Amino acid sequence: MELWYTEKHTKNVRYSIKVNKQLVSVESEFQRIDVFDSYEFGRILVLDGYLMLTEKDEFMYHEMITHVPIAVNPDIKDVLVIGAGDGGAIRELTKYDFIEKIDMVEIDKMVIDICRKYIPQTASKLDDERVNIYYEDGLKFVRSKQDKYDLIIVDSTDPFGPGETLFTREFYGNCYKALKEDGILVNQNESPYYPNDAKAMQKAHKIIKSIFAVARVYQAHVPTYPSGHWMFGFASKKYDPVADLKEEWWNSLGIYTRYYNTDLHKGSFAIPNYVKELLGYA
Amino acid sequence: MEQKNAPIYEALEKHRLDRIVHFDVPGHKGGRGNKELTEFLGEKCLKVDVNSMKPVDNLNHPVSVIKEAQELAAEAFGAKSCFFIVSGTTAAVQAMVMSACKAGDKIIMPRNVHKSAINALVICGAIPVYINPGINKRLGIALGMSISDIEKAIEENPDAKAILVNNPTYYGICSNLKKIVEIAHKHNMLVLVDEAHGTHFYFGENMPVSAMKAGADMAAVSMHKTGGSLTQSSILLCGENINNDYVRQIIGLTQTTSASYLLLASLDLARKNLSLNGAEIFRRTVELSQYARNEINSLGGYYAFSTEIIDNDAVYDFDITKLSINTRDIGLAGVEVYDILRDDYGIQVEFGDLGNILAIISAGDRGKEIERLISALYEIKRLYSKDPTGMYDLNYIDPDVVYAPQQAFYSSKKPVFIKDSAGMISGEFVMTYPPGIPILAPGERITEEIINYIAYAKEKGSLLMGTQDMNVEKIYVLEE
Ligand SMILES: Cc1ncc(COP(=O)(O)O)c(C=O)c1O
Repeated sequence: MELWYTEKHTKNVRYSIKVNKQLVSVESEFQRIDVFDSYEFGRILVLDGYLMLTEKDEFMYHEMITHVPIAVNPDIKDVLVIGAGDGGAIRELTKYDFIEKIDMVEIDKMVIDICRKYIPQTASKLDDERVNIYYEDGLKFVRSKQDKYDLIIVDSTDPFGPGETLFTREFYGNCYKALKEDGILVNQNESPYYPNDAKAMQKAHKIIKSIFAVARVYQAHVPTYPSGHWMFGFASKKYDPVADLKEEWWNSLGIYTRYYNTDLHKGSFAIPNYVKELLGYA
Repeated sequence: MEQKNAPIYEALEKHRLDRIVHFDVPGHKGGRGNKELTEFLGEKCLKVDVNSMKPVDNLNHPVSVIKEAQELAAEAFGAKSCFFIVSGTTAAVQAMVMSACKAGDKIIMPRNVHKSAINALVICGAIPVYINPGINKRLGIALGMSISDIEKAIEENPDAKAILVNNPTYYGICSNLKKIVEIAHKHNMLVLVDEAHGTHFYFGENMPVSAMKAGADMAAVSMHKTGGSLTQSSILLCGENINNDYVRQIIGLTQTTSASYLLLASLDLARKNLSLNGAEIFRRTVELSQYARNEINSLGGYYAFSTEIIDNDAVYDFDITKLSINTRDIGLAGVEVYDILRDDYGIQVEFGDLGNILAIISAGDRGKEIERLISALYEIKRLYSKDPTGMYDLNYIDPDVVYAPQQAFYSSKKPVFIKDSAGMISGEFVMTYPPGIPILAPGERITEEIINYIAYAKEKGSLLMGTQDMNVEKIYVLEE
């Protein structure tokens, strides 16, 4: 017998992973949550049928969504992370001693509970004493905050399902208000490759650009995501992600990373022409 | 009767499975004749888009499943009889007016009725006796009917045949319906209720009193608005005093002979759902709208009003499922907020007038849509709010009715620019839509105040309509 998990990357493209066994499958108030044990990628987390992370390549994504903004502003102390129930982004943030407080907002408590139990590789630092977890809608949480955070990380699922409010103008507008005057926002910005993902990428970037003084995108290679080519957004009221990179400072910290380094940081903002075209920069 | 039954729906299901061969209309023959439409709407839908035939009854002369479905609905709404209507609540309102009045008969109504009521007067020639609904100045909205005004109107017009009440208004304002019924019946007048926005009164808990419960004679209920049926479907309810065979004839004057079974089935299933689950559905609706109201009020600058405006007179009760939000204090007209919500935030609300927006909350909403609305309102306030001084102060413009609507509509008329029309008598309607309440009706004298109001509404981006001139720059006035 062979067990395969298949994700539809488009109507006509499928990506299949041979599975050793299914570790858990539950229906939460918001979505279906599955964890599989696979031969090639270790454990994998799947929400409503969409692959969220694999143990093998999650570091690429989680390092890029966290270290990039921090290397730009050494004064980051208060961080808000929205989504990210797997805890991967939190794990990276806790590598910095100078971060004082990490608020994490995840709408679905069950995702966190399941990751704690089945994917300790990412969830290991959720109990760090600086971390406060709120089980709420991200939009609801930010709209009551003002001038509060140095960094907001939006580690959302796709723009349908429980994450859809995290792709709206009202959400990013409220994030802007929740940030301090030198605040930075980093978001999961979908992929330029397949047309449906590209539309989401364009929409998110267009909204963010209309709100923040600085709005750039950067890329990473995340092999198990559709096409493997993934984008992040970097937005700020003040800092340029490349010109303001504190390269020496960051390297002096001695943080161990497997994907991120400061050369890659600079290079990740160099994006292909077709992506520039999609974003209206060509 | 068993409210869990749905006779029209069941007959259509049976018909579909019977695989009858059709040599009748509609010519798409279960969708085979129009592939693109079938692809778009789904084969299942096209297969039940049939014409009247014995197994599925006939709306113009119901004897089997439609009759049964209407009886079930009558029972569910506490009415003596019920008619399924397939051309909107507009048709239901017109059927009420035309059943109660002949040409020359008087009917008492507030001036802030939906245009369908005044249209009915153009069609049947009844004469309106308008009641000033009063205005809440702070909110800039028209209110309900006060009992003393009704008493006065009855005294001055003892020959009136009926009183038409709009209950609740779009904004959720209710009049003292029981008392109105009591007074009207004492004077042998019928009470007709435009209950377009009150379907939930029949099923929710702790709601304002429904028309049938209050003893009204007829009620037009927009099932498609908050009852969950398809757009354009509606019902007309009748009480004990009404000869429903006559009402059927009246409806038949203008009703199609090819009523859509999609609409009829949707009424049947909506009624079933409301009967079985209505209390829960509207409990959830109230919960969502109360939550939204509290949150919006705590944003500052917006006023989502509620039961505190009850004054036991022109505001006798308030429908808390309605989420009306006054936008004046952020210096924006409701219609401006309405436009920004749609254009910048992808959020469509029901309407915006000069001072308010109205969001319809229903069982179809989820917490996250409500969060989006609240957050977007906050953003709009943060980004666009300005000094509110100089905003238009809405006054009730007491209409100077020179001729009855029918007489005016059919008089010889000439077009003039609205800006030059002061003092002339309108031969047409002018309204903003939604809500579709006429600013001017045929037969009313045009004043400077009305001209200014129209200009202001236009400037703020309201969608104006009603005149032959699509740009609403010219208006047909009576040649005198
Ligand atoms: C008070 C009132 N009555 C009647 C109607 C007419 O309903 P319909 O659009 O279903 O014809 C409306 C519609 O907006 C309304 O608001």
